[in-house]
Amino acid sequence: MISTTPAYQPPPSVPKLSLTNVHKAFGQKVVLDGVSIDIRPGESVVVIGGSGTGKSVLLKSILGLITPDSGSILIDGQETVGLRGRKRDTVLRKFGMLFQGAALFDSLPVWENVAFGLIQGEGMARGPARDKAVEKLAQVGLGPEVADLFPSELSGGMQKRVGLARAIADEPEIIFFDEPTTGLDPIMADVINDLIVKCVKELGATALSITHDMASARKIADRIAMLHKGRLIWTGPASQVFDSGNPYVDQFVHGRASGPITMAVRA
Amino acid sequence: MNSTNPVTAFLDFLALVGRVLLAFFNRVGRLSTFTAMAVFHCLTPPFYPRTLLRQMVEIGYYSLPVVGLTTLFSGMVLALQSHTGFARFAAEGAVATVVVISMTRELGPVLAGLMVAGRVGASMAAEIGTMRVTEQIDALSTLSTNPFKYLIAPRLLAGALMLPLLVLVGDIIGVFGGYLIGTYKLGFNPGNYIQRTWEFLETMDVVSGLVKASTFGFIIALMGCYNGYTSRGGAQGVGQATRNAVVSASILILVFNYLITELFFAR
Repeated sequence: MISTTPAYQPPPSVPKLSLTNVHKAFGQKVVLDGVSIDIRPGESVVVIGGSGTGKSVLLKSILGLITPDSGSILIDGQETVGLRGRKRDTVLRKFGMLFQGAALFDSLPVWENVAFGLIQGEGMARGPARDKAVEKLAQVGLGPEVADLFPSELSGGMQKRVGLARAIADEPEIIFFDEPTTGLDPIMADVINDLIVKCVKELGATALSITHDMASARKIADRIAMLHKGRLIWTGPASQVFDSGNPYVDQFVHGRASGPITMAVRA
Repeated sequence: MNSTNPVTAFLDFLALVGRVLLAFFNRVGRLSTFTAMAVFHCLTPPFYPRTLLRQMVEIGYYSLPVVGLTTLFSGMVLALQSHTGFARFAAEGAVATVVVISMTRELGPVLAGLMVAGRVGASMAAEIGTMRVTEQIDALSTLSTNPFKYLIAPRLLAGALMLPLLVLVGDIIGVFGGYLIGTYKLGFNPGNYIQRTWEFLETMDVVSGLVKASTFGFIIALMGCYNGYTSRGGAQGVGQATRNAVVSASILILVFNYLITELFFAR
């Protein structure tokens, strides 16, 4: 039987990513307490929030690395909570992710890191995959001489760039950035921010980032949401974040020690 | 402990027993699920021949010096000990037979297993544990690569395939060690010694040793992978995983050594 069904094309009104009432607790500790947000195709959303507020858990829940206790996560209108095996792989193919510590495979040279998804995921031959990797490295401002180095030979900023090249290598529709500027000096942080904006725009991808670096958030976000105690307590355009009228957001974006937010001791 | 009520004290004691038992069964359950998953992924595609080859070289080839030295000296000391012991009842002629049967049935597989557990099991746990805490395992998943297939299956297969080869080489070196001592120090006629070595050796002696070796190889890789994969909490967690991998593999090797001997030779 020949399948005549065309590839599924979501109508433009369907959000790329839609979270409804997502809950996750580890033992007694509630990390996500009913998170809901819609992200439109091509939009760049940044979630801000203090350390230990569940930002990473949010990203990992969407990727399926962590299974939420309840709630719904739609990607292109398709439910993804509980997907496993091949179906999960198909969904994951739409994603690219830049990890906080870059998470490069230290047993592989830089080019194999960048081409990993192409070789293992899509079965591309090593020769063409290497060319593609060099091309992606150029996109993040790294020359071909970097291709044969190992990740441990690179500085933190360079590792982030390689991580970015790997995240965009198989041209994902959605890219996640987990604290892209953490641990970098301000100049390198700005370089990474510029690269993120450039790469996301070139791909026309939808981006979801988490950070506590306000300079970075302002630069890469169309829309900013603040996560506090497992809930999104404020969402608004990036331009409004500094006069949101929300005391929690005010305290966070101005970095004040006193205010309604108190620091949690335990992770 | 100044609880005056004997009933409360007794209930506390029961609760303690219950907690320990539950924790134990919890661990056994997790390990069993992990093992079942790992074996399943060993048998289903995609396979990663490059990683398998790399692990085979790592486990087989690079463990040769350690295993060779261990078995050489064991064979030598075995000849010396059995000679002085057997001299008490004028049975020195049995030295060659004792050396070859002890080496192939017991010392070859057990000593090689324990040495490789220290060398390979530890490095697997440390490597996979570091990949876990630096999010490299999460990165594998986001690149549509199943960590069980890419990381764990090749190691298990390499362990189960290479240990028998190592033990075969170790057996030969051990017997050679016994021959050296027997002919140069104890004054045996070389031809006589070799003939005595072959005379009473049965196929089953060698085969049982190789079956043991394969089982031990699987156990070493399984413990290394399991402890690494489930490690938590930074450098300390990785250290703990490494220690647990070596200790649990060593104990399981000795337990399974008994069980397999029982299976082959108990009448």
